[in-house]
Amino acid sequence: MADLDLPARQGFTPDAPSAALPGEIPLTLTINGERRELHVRPWTTLLDLLREDLHLYGTKKGCDHGQCGACTVLVDGQRINSCLALAVSKDGCEVTTVEGLAAPDGALHPMQEAFIEHDAFQCGYCTPGQICSAVGLVQEGHARTPDEIREQMSGNICRCGAYTNIVDAIEDVLAKETAK
Amino acid sequence: MHETHFGSPRNRVDGRLKVTGAAPYAGEFTAPDLAHGYVVSGAIAKGRIKSIDTKAALAVPGVVQVFTHENRPRTAFRSNAYQDEVAPPGKPFRALYDERIVYSGQPVALVVAEDFEIARYAASLVQVTYEAEPHETDLEKVRGKAYVPPVKRQGISPPPKPRGDSEAAFGNSPVKMEAGYRIAIEHHNPMEPHATTVVWEGDERITVHDKIQGAQNSQSYITSVFGLPNSDVRVISPFVGGAFGSGLRPQYQLFLAVMAALELKRSVRVVLTRDQMFTMGYRPDGLQEVALGANQDASLQSIRHDLIANTSTFEDYQEATVNWSAMLYHCDNVTTTHKLATTDLYTPADMRAPGAPTGLFAMESAMDELAYKLGVDPVALRLRNYADIDESTNKYHTSKELRAAYQLGAERFGWSKRNPKPRSMKEGRELIGWGMATGAWEAQMAQTSARATLTADGRLEVATASADIGTGTYTILTQIAADALGLPMERVTTKLGDSSLPKSPVEGGSWTAASAGSAVELACHKVWETLFKYARGMDGSPLANADIDRVTFHDERIALVSDPSRYVTLNDALKAGGVEKIEAEETAAPSKLTQMRYNSFTHSAIFAEVRVDEELGQVRVTRIVDAVAAGRIINPKTARSQIIGGVVFGIGMAMHEESMADHNLGRFMNHNLAEYHVPANADIHGIEVIFVEEHDTLTSPLGVKGLGEIGIVGTAAAIANAVFHATGKRIRELPITIDKVIGTPEAV
Repeated sequence: MADLDLPARQGFTPDAPSAALPGEIPLTLTINGERRELHVRPWTTLLDLLREDLHLYGTKKGCDHGQCGACTVLVDGQRINSCLALAVSKDGCEVTTVEGLAAPDGALHPMQEAFIEHDAFQCGYCTPGQICSAVGLVQEGHARTPDEIREQMSGNICRCGAYTNIVDAIEDVLAKETAK
Repeated sequence: MHETHFGSPRNRVDGRLKVTGAAPYAGEFTAPDLAHGYVVSGAIAKGRIKSIDTKAALAVPGVVQVFTHENRPRTAFRSNAYQDEVAPPGKPFRALYDERIVYSGQPVALVVAEDFEIARYAASLVQVTYEAEPHETDLEKVRGKAYVPPVKRQGISPPPKPRGDSEAAFGNSPVKMEAGYRIAIEHHNPMEPHATTVVWEGDERITVHDKIQGAQNSQSYITSVFGLPNSDVRVISPFVGGAFGSGLRPQYQLFLAVMAALELKRSVRVVLTRDQMFTMGYRPDGLQEVALGANQDASLQSIRHDLIANTSTFEDYQEATVNWSAMLYHCDNVTTTHKLATTDLYTPADMRAPGAPTGLFAMESAMDELAYKLGVDPVALRLRNYADIDESTNKYHTSKELRAAYQLGAERFGWSKRNPKPRSMKEGRELIGWGMATGAWEAQMAQTSARATLTADGRLEVATASADIGTGTYTILTQIAADALGLPMERVTTKLGDSSLPKSPVEGGSWTAASAGSAVELACHKVWETLFKYARGMDGSPLANADIDRVTFHDERIALVSDPSRYVTLNDALKAGGVEKIEAEETAAPSKLTQMRYNSFTHSAIFAEVRVDEELGQVRVTRIVDAVAAGRIINPKTARSQIIGGVVFGIGMAMHEESMADHNLGRFMNHNLAEYHVPANADIHGIEVIFVEEHDTLTSPLGVKGLGEIGIVGTAAAIANAVFHATGKRIRELPITIDKVIGTPEAV
């Protein structure tokens, strides 16, 4: 019988546990077109800010480690994992979440339409991240072939396995973009 | 009524909610008084907690309470109070019950705070000391202590009785094939982590949003464990972000969230982290031995399939694993056994087609090996030994179009062009391999109730307590209901995932389409009959002499088919009946007589192409054709997606997924999605799905057999067989990782 004195959780064990919390920092973000003056603690990720403070639950938390892509949003037009970005580091940025893709009159974004038409999701949990990532991918303009789409969408895991339909949906949108 | 929607591809009715981020999942409901719980996970595999110091955590401003085994509230004493609808025999794990540690990662404390980050930070300050005891998590080490589970798990068929004399027949067989197979432990890892939000409604009443495949399973667990009346607990879980079986049983975050909410008299949410998703059920490890004996004419003379699977120290988890080997082929001498050995891990859990892809990985790999020994084509071997009845139980099949599945799948795949010789196909630097396997899964129907309500505005609502975990249940029930009353789908609303709705078992086992679908159809027919009765009985009704088969419902009119000018409006019919709406609740149940005489399975023939870069040991699964015989298909679009999803799960099983335990620590080490690999988009290439025409009037009134599981079954075997064809290397242990491709010698 060995006596073990292990911390309950591996990883962060401060030398001197401190009860003092970090203070809040002012932050301005434009979220889905709306300018927001916010105060957040420096440890708050963009993902937790969106979900817990602003109740924009469309952006999903799947791993909180940048490994699954469920939290993908567009920051200044670029797709990022919002779980890996501290909110305070995005001061002054423009953030688009899945809630901000459809037109104000409710008309869906072409990528949202394509996802429905191609049945590119099942449970729906990875879907907002997939769609934001796909919108970012189209804007980047690097993916033209199915193989390139597959490669450049591989940061977004879909456990239901809708990948082939996701590729079909994106190909469809890309084809329409090109035809314009 | 016409079948306008049944059998036609339809977009998901919940599609808009899902692509706009408006569909709420369990951890996304909120309340003004919401507190956040964060679970502290234990660090040893076995032993006891010596001390647990929560002072530093409690001192953090914003921390509300820290719950441990020392201060937890009293809950039900008897362990059977914790047994849920699908619990295996044994004593279910109870979070924070006492100081005992029975597996690594076991929850040892719950920190509740005003916000998430504070709870997370304070959880890191909880100091636990342990007294460790020797543990064993390696199935190999305990295989000598394997036992036949004394209590059978309800709903799971134990291995069938042996038939003939497999040992003697094996001895006498001129061609013999004997080998051991093993799969890796896999964790479900749905994209949505397990989560529960408990909304405190006051007066000890709670509304619970739980990640669960059956709202009523969580409800009865809560009422039983916490001694609450049904009326005080309502579980509402309209959307489930994937589950694959992990949401069949209530997980520990449900217990913790409810406990905290009741104790603090406020709303509490507990969401598990991704690494904590590895501290619950999983597909069990299994050591399998298969022995096949055959005559030179390729007829099977003997089948033996033995399994030792791991379970926990507190429950005897069982799934149907070896049974498939006894039913799939014609053979007079068959023995199958299923034993368990206990490990200091959590209890395994049903994971997509529990048992079948494990058992059939072994059996269908062995069949491929036998085909090579006999020098016959793998498809021909299966056809040579085709079973027309289920010989393991001596029952007829309700339907079995597996022969057509082999044929159609082979044709589409181009199987006839296959050169059977291993290493015979190459393109560029890649060896190409083609392999195939058979899949099977039970087609079940479970007693389910549903309610249908037609209102004066011509809208129909159908409801049952079941769930849609991404399977498409909302959509197919809407299709069935719309057809039953001749309505457009837009006029129908389907409600699911609410414990207050008519009784339904958990969504699982591929039975929901057949079960909930049949219940919805019955309830809608009842509504239609009542509506017609009112319309016909109205004073001076133009339908007075009409027959129910001769009228339709269209544009809120009940009209004669032959003369649409003779009609009664919905409003007039309701007035005549003296009602504002027509509501009916009906229960669909399987026929006991049919079950006595027949067994029902879905079948598949799955063909796989792999390309192997031998220098790198890298395998790509470049093409899959899956021909599925599953009765009638309600929605070819969502059905195809389900099969594709199952195949992707099978590719994960074959190529990627492996929960790796460090047996010294007794702990899964790769507990994150960077190290526990699931297929990513670039891993998945062409997947073609064929639905074989199959008429089945016995499994369910709808002729539907279910699709949730069949896509995964056989997939791993087909891929392993393709890898053999490509490389001449027989890999009998999953997943087929680079080290195995490089390290396995070519078979002679």
